[in-house]
Amino acid sequence: MEPQAAAVPAGSATAGRRRPGYEPAHLLLYGLLLAVVGVLVVLPIASVLRGAVVDATGFTVAHVARFFYTPLYLESLRNSVYAGVGATALASLLALPPAFLLGRYRFRGQGLLVTWLTVPLVIPPFVGAIGLNQTLGRAGVLTLLLEDRLGVQFVAAEGLRGVILAHALHYFPFILLTVTAALANVDPSLEEAAQVAGARGLRLLWRVTLPLVAPAYAAGAILVFVRATDDLGTPLILNVKNMLGPQAYFRITTIAREDPDGYAISLVMLLLALGALGLATRLGQRREVATLQTGAQRAGQLLRGWGPWVLLAVSMLVGFAGLLPHLGVVLLSVSRVWSLTYLPTGYTLDHYEEILFRAPQFVLNTLLYSTTAAVLAVAVAVGIAYLQHRGRVPAPGLLDFAATAPIAVPGVVLGVGFLRVFDHWAVPGLGVPLTALWVVFPMLYVARRLPYAVRATSAAMAQVHPTLEEAAAVSGARRWRIFRRVVLPLVLTGAVAAGILVFVTAAVEFSGTVLLISRVEQSPLSYGIYLYAQSPRGRGAAAALGTVAVVLVALGTYVANRIGGRRPTLTW
Amino acid sequence: MQMAERVLAVEVELDRLTKHFGITAAVRGLSLSVGRGEFFTLLGPSGCGKTTTLRIVAGLVEPDEGRVLFDGKDVTRMPPWDRNLGMVFQNYALWPHMTVFDNVAFGLVERKVPGSEVRRRVREALEKVGLAGMEGRFPSQLSGGQQQRVALARALVVRPGLLLLDEPFSNLDAKLRVQMRSELSRLQRELGITTLYVTHDQEEALVLSDRIAVLDSGRLVQAGSPRELYEDPKEVFVADFLGGANLLPAVVVRAGTGEVEVELSGRRLGVPTDAELATGQAVWLSVRPEHVEVTSDSSGELRATVQATDYLGWTLQAELVLEDGTCLQVRGLDPSAPLRPGQTVGLRIRPERARVFPRRA
Repeated sequence: MEPQAAAVPAGSATAGRRRPGYEPAHLLLYGLLLAVVGVLVVLPIASVLRGAVVDATGFTVAHVARFFYTPLYLESLRNSVYAGVGATALASLLALPPAFLLGRYRFRGQGLLVTWLTVPLVIPPFVGAIGLNQTLGRAGVLTLLLEDRLGVQFVAAEGLRGVILAHALHYFPFILLTVTAALANVDPSLEEAAQVAGARGLRLLWRVTLPLVAPAYAAGAILVFVRATDDLGTPLILNVKNMLGPQAYFRITTIAREDPDGYAISLVMLLLALGALGLATRLGQRREVATLQTGAQRAGQLLRGWGPWVLLAVSMLVGFAGLLPHLGVVLLSVSRVWSLTYLPTGYTLDHYEEILFRAPQFVLNTLLYSTTAAVLAVAVAVGIAYLQHRGRVPAPGLLDFAATAPIAVPGVVLGVGFLRVFDHWAVPGLGVPLTALWVVFPMLYVARRLPYAVRATSAAMAQVHPTLEEAAAVSGARRWRIFRRVVLPLVLTGAVAAGILVFVTAAVEFSGTVLLISRVEQSPLSYGIYLYAQSPRGRGAAAALGTVAVVLVALGTYVANRIGGRRPTLTW
Repeated sequence: MQMAERVLAVEVELDRLTKHFGITAAVRGLSLSVGRGEFFTLLGPSGCGKTTTLRIVAGLVEPDEGRVLFDGKDVTRMPPWDRNLGMVFQNYALWPHMTVFDNVAFGLVERKVPGSEVRRRVREALEKVGLAGMEGRFPSQLSGGQQQRVALARALVVRPGLLLLDEPFSNLDAKLRVQMRSELSRLQRELGITTLYVTHDQEEALVLSDRIAVLDSGRLVQAGSPRELYEDPKEVFVADFLGGANLLPAVVVRAGTGEVEVELSGRRLGVPTDAELATGQAVWLSVRPEHVEVTSDSSGELRATVQATDYLGWTLQAELVLEDGTCLQVRGLDPSAPLRPGQTVGLRIRPERARVFPRRA
């Protein structure tokens, strides 16, 4: 006999004559998944909220109010918003000219240009910041060149400016991809109608084309804003302390775990992110209106006149700028000495020896945590996607909602929540809190990346036509066998692709990780980069770890896209 | 065909089945019985409940009320995997991640048939549907007709007691449909398998079936052999749906047992009927288009004007208008007949082939 847990005959559940509402096996899975999502997502978020508005005396708004009376916090809020707006503006400047070129013109080497311009996505901002420091920082090669050759003293990658630059250079491809797609999908007849009505050139662009792609642009731009506002790793690497992320981090880790100010800051970050993403959703709803329903692409124009050639030149400049972080990191990782000179004065593989042989735990821990997180996230996501599409359970949307909630939660906030909840969970038999064990890291990564895994798996599940399962049932397969032989193989490709993306994003997660570090031996690669970067002598090793991270991300993204056959949609 | 290959066909009985989706009734009090080895067709327009009925028999849908019996045994609450069925879906539902071999072998694997026998039976099933040598292909590499054959092989390989087909040919082009139809008919007779077939295509139903049940709005209208239904429809819906009869408004002028006299366009006709009809009652006179004779001299019983003619080479059909304005289709005319639009012709209706049904205002 088959394992029968999932194969309770339909009849036994049907006391009445109507088709039964609920399925016992589904209910069991539903309960299990609700518990998992509840512990990983709902509890931590709820505990942060509680920490911000509840204290020994009960409900209070005093802590949140104090946030707005404390000059340091207000300055941090201003700086965070400034960094977000700045990064969004700069990323837009970088993204829009190539987007227009790619969305409207057709030329040889177009695919190559797209690939080149999306390379920045593989370098996380906090790793990129290390590279930027070497190229555009105080002693960076371009800064020195500028001063020596032109006599201009300008440090681009320093302080808040550096945070803005790191994010803009990382995220501009995201705006580029959304806007390119939107431009290519605008129904040509809408523009033709305007041309017939007398609009041409820039007026056509301004009055018709730009309004049509604005919703797509806004969605991309708001994401950049949220990420730059929330970030913790990039400010820490660039030694910027007066932002919301670093403030929350320092309050919680250096003042006290129970310090209410840390939770108040977290609450403000959460509200900021929620507000921005809510705005993005509202703008996104208007997006359907103007695009081609058929998915047909317009025929691109040829490069005629000087306009498109200028765009091409600008795009290539943007492409070079996008490589600056990579160049800095890779070069630094093999340099013996690189200080106040254009290029390193000596080369070495010592830094790789350090991180691969002398202190291999960073890389090994990352592989362990990320693999665990990927497997867990896929298992949970497959379950949620199945129940969402086939589940005979009460309110299947509840599970989906809870699982995708972390999309709006900054990593710092989730990390703070994890710390607050799991510091009090004693592990039976060990007498230590859960936060002392390595599993807390994969748990955090699952929570952060579940939204993406659920979306990808759910999309795959939506492709499975119900008759495929009915055909299996009629052929003699029981419920578990139908799932094993038909449903699972069909969603597995999508799920594995999602799992690989969970792996790579987990491998470079910093914001939450840094809050949960209690012992260096447990720290993964991302925290290792931060540790090494603290001392001038360690920067080479930090860069070497960063290079490993970039290679992992690039490989993973490539494989996931090959399997999943989709455009890169990497975000962290 | 060896006797060993013959399946243990079941007898199916549907007992007062009712099924609602929300507030819509898909099936209302449907009772039917399908004999052992019979080819039985559920025929009706879309939304008549035929597919729901088939899915109830498959166990994919549970009825709100009523029972399904296989060989007298109540299987209403039995899950589909225990019913030993073969089913061909409208979209074929071939598993895209499996080869042709794995698709066909699926049910045998579930039944824990040993590997060597699985290979033999899959090979035989594919030979039977003319797909030998295609084992290694994936469904996406097959044409629509080949996919259809795989689906049929997959349904038959498990030697089901009952074969269910849900509009299996609706996605094929006309020529292939006719070919597949005759192959299905041959296989079904060879295997002697009880078959429940769902279609909205009356021609398919007439050609294939031992018996047909005509369904309308979830109700059984009439069941019988193709000949009975075509020649002796008991309701106007059947006369209209099956074969597209001309429905001519008439009035009973003399009621009688077994026969009534009706008046149509000023002429009187004696028509056989079982229905209880009263003098003065409004009726539909149902006349098959091929049961009307057209004469060039307009001195016949009825006179009509030719509205349009369709020349099909081997035959001629025409649209006529009676003197009272009623339209009438005529088929099976001699293609050499000199009919012109606008021409006035005489009509003779063969009363013994006509039927009358009560007409509601």
